Amino acid sequence: MIPTIWSWLTNPASWSGPDGIPTRLIEHLGYTLAVVAVAAAVAIPLGVWVGHSGRARWLVSLGNALRAVPTLGLLFAATLVIGPRLGGQLAFVVPSIAVLVLLAIPPLLAGAYAGVEAVDPAARDAARGVGMSGWQRIRQVELPCAMPLLLSGLRAAVLQVVATATIAAYVGLGGLGRYLIDGLAVGDYGQTGGGALLVATVALLVDGVLAVGLRGLISPGLRLRAGRA
Amino acid sequence: MDWLAQSYGQVLDLTWRHLILAGLPLLIGLAVALPLGYAAHRWRAAYAPLVTISGLLYTIPSLALFILMPLFIGTRILDPVNVVVAMTVYTVALLVRTVADGLDSVPEDVERAATAMGLGRIRTLLTVELPLAIPVIAAGLRVAAVSNVSIVSVASLIGVAQLGDLLTDGYNRVIMPELVTGIMACILLALALDSLILVLARMLTPWRRAREVVSA
Repeated sequence: MIPTIWSWLTNPASWSGPDGIPTRLIEHLGYTLAVVAVAAAVAIPLGVWVGHSGRARWLVSLGNALRAVPTLGLLFAATLVIGPRLGGQLAFVVPSIAVLVLLAIPPLLAGAYAGVEAVDPAARDAARGVGMSGWQRIRQVELPCAMPLLLSGLRAAVLQVVATATIAAYVGLGGLGRYLIDGLAVGDYGQTGGGALLVATVALLVDGVLAVGLRGLISPGLRLRAGRA
Repeated sequence: MDWLAQSYGQVLDLTWRHLILAGLPLLIGLAVALPLGYAAHRWRAAYAPLVTISGLLYTIPSLALFILMPLFIGTRILDPVNVVVAMTVYTVALLVRTVADGLDSVPEDVERAATAMGLGRIRTLLTVELPLAIPVIAAGLRVAAVSNVSIVSVASLIGVAQLGDLLTDGYNRVIMPELVTGIMACILLALALDSLILVLARMLTPWRRAREVVSA
């Protein structure tokens, strides 16, 4: 099996054209970036608000309950229900992207909420005591303190999207998942296994880059504790 | 409902297979994670590497892991064993940290009290620390159970029979009742496993209930 995978990976044909690895890789990363950006724009402010105000905690529970819904079923249902209402290529891409956004929201929401929720009450009181407004407390105290948990929610969301985008190739989405699905369809283990190896590598690299890259966003005062949080 | 009435037997059979593919890895995973988690708890130096490695394993997307499994364990690609082993890997990855954190959550004076009463290290672990860590471990196990049930359905893409077959078949042949039945059956199975773990954990920690009664 390893020689088959190797020969697929080293075949120049695998690396060129609209179905080439660079194109598929950029597609995959592009979907992930777009989806997580949209989901974060919705979920992070919402999670911070829930944590700050203590209101609407059911939103977080609802997000967690969503984990019990099989992602594959969600993708299929969305494609069958939304797909026919749209024409052409959009019929396959839009439902998948919508499901990916939906799946990225719970970890982001939970991370932002848990981060703000867990802020030391003494720090909150102190912020109020020195006369900070609600908005100032969020920006200058709660958000920085929430950063470690918020960012781990972000990492979880990114991984969720990278993984689910792979499966979404079954309903017509592009990206690296194409190799796994198309290879399985025609029984080409070189392509399937090579694709799986690429997906696994991309997931590990993306997570590694995020782990290192996002560290800079955590306040130095918290970084010492974050090592063993 | 007509569809469900006709395919009742098939749904039950697939549910059973799904339960095995998601549940067996929970048991094996817990058995593997307990000693690893204990090691991470007992030896500080082991914590970071164990938690990091298990985190890395959890990072690998499920479909990719299912497909790559034959490379590691020499099975055929359609073998259900691939799914069981892959799900076990995920379960261990999730639980090592949970077990370590659960054991960490046991107050140190309780451990010292056990030592003072003459309990050895192993008896302290089995009769004091582990029972007190049950709530944290059970919480991790519930997360693993729910996510396992969802992930196992992906295995229908590599041809391993379970409830995911209802999803793929319902989609491919555009049979909405079949697709909806598949989704509902997965959710119900996840909730059933989740509740089972919750109930077991409560039964194993009677002192927590006593405290609730007192404080109420």
